[in-house]
Amino acid sequence: MRVVIAEDLHLLREGLVHLLGAYGFDVVAAVESGPELHAALIRERPDVAVVDVRLPPTFTDEGLQAALAARKQVPGLPVLVLSQHVEQLYARELLADGSGGIGYLLKDRVFNGEQFVDAVRRVAAGGTAMDPEVIAKLLAGNARNKPLSKLTPREREVLELMAEGRSNAAIGQRLYLSESAVGKHTAGIFAKLGLAPSDDDNRRVLAVLAFLNSR
Amino acid sequence: MALNRIAGTTIAALAKGAVLFGVAMLGQAVAIVMLAAIMLSFGLGMVFLFPSAVRLVRGMTGLNRRLAREWSGVEIEAPYQPAPPPPVPYADGWYREGRNLYKTPRIPAFNRRFNWMLKDPATWRDFAYLLADPWSGAMAAAAPVLIVALGVVQFATGTGLLWPVLALLALATAPWVAPWGVRIHGRFAHALLTPTEKARLTRRVDQLARTRGEVVDSQAAELRRIERDLHDGAQARLVAIGMTIGAAEQLVGSDPNAAKALLAKAREASATALHELRQVVRGIHPPVLAERGLGDAVRALALDSPMRTHVTVDLPTRPQAPVESAAYFAISELLTNAVRHGEATEAWIDISHREGNLRVSVTDNGHGGADPARGTGLNGIERRMAAFDGVLALNSPAGGPTTAVLELPRALGTARAPHPAWKSVTIAVGWTLAAVPTFPQGFVPMVIKLTGNGETGKSWFLALHLPESFQWPVIAGMIALGGAMYTAAALLTAQAKRAEEGEGCG
Repeated sequence: MRVVIAEDLHLLREGLVHLLGAYGFDVVAAVESGPELHAALIRERPDVAVVDVRLPPTFTDEGLQAALAARKQVPGLPVLVLSQHVEQLYARELLADGSGGIGYLLKDRVFNGEQFVDAVRRVAAGGTAMDPEVIAKLLAGNARNKPLSKLTPREREVLELMAEGRSNAAIGQRLYLSESAVGKHTAGIFAKLGLAPSDDDNRRVLAVLAFLNSR
Repeated sequence: MALNRIAGTTIAALAKGAVLFGVAMLGQAVAIVMLAAIMLSFGLGMVFLFPSAVRLVRGMTGLNRRLAREWSGVEIEAPYQPAPPPPVPYADGWYREGRNLYKTPRIPAFNRRFNWMLKDPATWRDFAYLLADPWSGAMAAAAPVLIVALGVVQFATGTGLLWPVLALLALATAPWVAPWGVRIHGRFAHALLTPTEKARLTRRVDQLARTRGEVVDSQAAELRRIERDLHDGAQARLVAIGMTIGAAEQLVGSDPNAAKALLAKAREASATALHELRQVVRGIHPPVLAERGLGDAVRALALDSPMRTHVTVDLPTRPQAPVESAAYFAISELLTNAVRHGEATEAWIDISHREGNLRVSVTDNGHGGADPARGTGLNGIERRMAAFDGVLALNSPAGGPTTAVLELPRALGTARAPHPAWKSVTIAVGWTLAAVPTFPQGFVPMVIKLTGNGETGKSWFLALHLPESFQWPVIAGMIALGGAMYTAAALLTAQAKRAEEGEGCG
């Protein structure tokens, strides 16, 4: 799997190259600035890009902008954005085109190599990987949302994991449930939120995120 | 309709003139009292009369300032120096004033007040105003009324017709003259009752010293808070992580499983440390503010708020960083207050600009009753704003809604367009060359022509060399040209001066 990495701190960049290399990824470019990232994304058309939000030369949201611009030119280009802080605002911008293949994680998540690589793979496959903190903020913002308050605590847990972008199998593993039980919960959630049921994992996640973002 | 309106404004202006004259006569009486008090105080040593007289004078000029503001639209600040603080007793309970000791604060307090009033130039300017007002400003404002009154008296007694004729004239011109007279009074009041440049600067320095003190204090407090947060949080965790890793190192040979468990713990602790550092960073300068500026930072804030929050932003450029940060934290505080104290469910934030000023309004549908005197949060916002000469206006009736408006002057760093070169050139050319068409080519040949010397001395007077029928038009044209040059130069100079003043002071 071909991957482009953009990170301005040398140590972290090398760390990411090593980590992804060790899991069998083929790192085709490791760049350190916004313009370089944009050029690399257009040139290499990688299977997935791992991008730091804040990059030179402006040290603002250069990485995010470069990734969004590249996705405009190459629709659905899978991008996993890493940041020291997560903002709903950025999550919305990333999800705005509704085409999936988006990840948005805190940098801390790199600590757990296996889970991180799992997220990278999910994004590369056109799925979603949202940081639990983003989801927590989304749900907190929806505190007064009527349909959400009708969910059972279990359904809420399932919703959180689903919004992070996990499949039924992964949710089942996390919550010690069978896959069919998770399927029953998700069906319940979709009925309560008034969303059209869908068999496609990815479309389902995007529907949930759109619902949470619609506030 | 229009006639009615003109009649209405005329009568109002005449009435104002009459009232102003009445007030001025009253002021004259006060001035005479003041004069008597001065003579008795300094001639006979009856100093206790002086402060009361000054207070009377200040009351009278205060009334004049208010009338000037309401009737002439002339804003006049009170020019007085701040009152002296009350005397403080020494440890032994005595009050010290110079070389003397007093048992009670009465005499030292009186001395301070006396000196304060005596040495404030505003006291003497007030006095001068009250003496002069009836004979100048108020006279101008009341002239039509006075002339009409004299006319009526003279007509009734049948002693002559001069004043009645003038009275008719005054009535005919009153629609133009009367409002103008009231404005003249406002100007006059402004000239004497406004603070002198020195008084204004003294006050400004006092205010700056105070706000600077507050800024330094709050910054120091902020730094202490950050230090404590780092010391108790991230720093302590890093120590723990180091110790855990050290223990794991020792165990790695003998008990690899325990070492692994310890390393997992260290990783968890490092995640917590990161989380805490993020909180600290957010408190210092929110990353989204650094990355996106005020508008998006407030949008991010709105998304995280439990209220339904609507944000509208209209900013041409990013405000200066410190202003941006102050505005951000103020908005954040206001939103928190709305949720916590007002139990609001919906809020509206509007960020806009006007003439380089940043204006933020935050409205919520909570139950109101917010009061800066009680809430330390609102107090903090006011202090933060004061550092930038900004103000917080709060309108929060019991029952809601609450609206807070922040106004930060000159926050957008409007790079004022440099004075255009063509204007400077016009000013210079206007002032230096305007005299040429006006006098040698305008008025002088006119005089020559009028006195009939046109044939003898043509000299370099252009008009006199032309055929007879062109001479007068050319002379008139020259005078008009000169006048236009003077006017243009004067207008542009005044404009440049205004622009400079607007930039320099506040």
